[in-house]
Amino acid sequence: MIVKETMKVLSHKELAPAIFELTLQGQLVEEMKQPGQFVHVKTSDGLDPLLRRPISICSFNQHEQSFTMIYRAGGKGTKLLSRKTETETVDVLGPLGNGFPVDAVESGETALLVGGGIGVPPLYQLSQMLVAKGVQVIHVLGFETKSAVFYEREFAALGETYIATVDGSHGTKGFVTDVMKDLADSYKAIYSCGPTPMLKALEAGYSDKPLYLSLEERMGCGVGACFACVCHSGEGSSYKKICSDGPVFRAGEVIL
Amino acid sequence: MSKLSIELPGLSLKNPIIPASGCFGFGREYSQFYDLSKLGAIMIKATTPEPRFGNPTPRVAETDAGMLNAIGLQNPGLKKVISEELTWLSNHDVPIIANIAGSQIEDYVKVAREISQASNVHALELNISCPNVKEGGITFGTDPEVAKKVTKAVKDVSSVPVYVKLSPNVTNIVEMAKAVEAGGADGLTMINTLVGMRLHLKTGKPIIANRTGGLSGPAIKPVALRMIYEVSQQTSLPIIGMGGITNAEDVIEFFYAGASAVAVGTANFVDPFVCPTIIDELPALLDELGFDHISQCTGRSWK
Repeated sequence: MIVKETMKVLSHKELAPAIFELTLQGQLVEEMKQPGQFVHVKTSDGLDPLLRRPISICSFNQHEQSFTMIYRAGGKGTKLLSRKTETETVDVLGPLGNGFPVDAVESGETALLVGGGIGVPPLYQLSQMLVAKGVQVIHVLGFETKSAVFYEREFAALGETYIATVDGSHGTKGFVTDVMKDLADSYKAIYSCGPTPMLKALEAGYSDKPLYLSLEERMGCGVGACFACVCHSGEGSSYKKICSDGPVFRAGEVIL
Repeated sequence: MSKLSIELPGLSLKNPIIPASGCFGFGREYSQFYDLSKLGAIMIKATTPEPRFGNPTPRVAETDAGMLNAIGLQNPGLKKVISEELTWLSNHDVPIIANIAGSQIEDYVKVAREISQASNVHALELNISCPNVKEGGITFGTDPEVAKKVTKAVKDVSSVPVYVKLSPNVTNIVEMAKAVEAGGADGLTMINTLVGMRLHLKTGKPIIANRTGGLSGPAIKPVALRMIYEVSQQTSLPIIGMGGITNAEDVIEFFYAGASAVAVGTANFVDPFVCPTIIDELPALLDELGFDHISQCTGRSWK
């Protein structure tokens, strides 16, 4: 069920330049079941900005009724959000969309998790849930530069973790695919979230195994009513809505 | 609730709150949040004879107190709207106002003839004001003679009353209203979006793939109020007002301008519960203002 709730800020901090980690508390968390879903966040109390901001869920904790999101403060709305302090509340609608299928990999098998930039966060909950069911996880995380890297230690605590930076200031120089080409082909499935060029590269080179892609698009309603975040899913007028059919799709299900 | 009931051509509304076309799909998504039977009516997404994918993305851009959209009339086409969407909606006790669109008069006639036969379609909303498609849409809504002609053609085949949705992108809105009245319209819905644009700070190019989009939200409320104020004094047609409504106070203001019912659009995206919230808040607001019935507010600005 989708819930709208005014949630309490538990903690809020800057992890890397303009990258914030915000933890909120409320009953809405009870509805969070799959990794890879998102919430739609009202960043101001007034009419400006008007629309909510879709932000992926990085992790949730049912016991504490809390969840964490990591976002980039790039535009007006997310910059306003980044000023919220621990005495304040945030208006959240969620959880929204369909996340990553944890059951695509069995206990004892290996899964490859590939993230790029601000696409990295939803892989954290996924990784935790895969590890909890006995799956071996390998993470390949791409960032622009060393200072932009976040959650390296958190991911490393769950499994093998490789970092790529475009400028080579940390880990492998280049893109996630530069790390992947040297990895042993031992994994059963790939889960990914990141910029469209990265997803396209994965689809082009790694479609021989089950490959799940989490997409991003400007959204209006976030619930499937406004048709703002639609993508083609084949010939003619066939389509998928990223907000409510996705944001996670199996490679080939939609045209990137 | 009798404070809120409204009678309009073809429509017996429990209350005057209607989700606006294009902002509510065919109701399925919002039925997750509340019982659609609570609404006065539903204006469903524009229906064209054939399925349409619509425009490339990005299709939306934000502006101060508003948003631009260029969806491009995406819809599953007449056949599916009737067999799937309207059938599903018929399980709810709510009249449907079917928004119809096309690229030529024959398209409007085809959709009007067939969709008006559906038992839960109580009125049509003739969309001659969509700014986001290359052919049709707004081209019918900016020339009074063409608007009159398409209104008449649709009236001739529709088995339910026809409301014409007016575009604000004209020099003389009263002239347009009078033209569709002469064409036989039973009512007006106004206003559709205002054509606008946003540019990307780094690339310098339009944010929306269609380049321009329709501006909606609180930013356009004063324009809508002014146009309803002018038109309601110059025609005898009832007006369903829309343009930036987000709360019960806005609804009263639209009634004062001359509306007899209202539609709520963009606000649904911000708060999916906005329509039932407004419905719940209206009776107390009417009490506070000293009205026994909401219809007493209509046209108060000029009466």
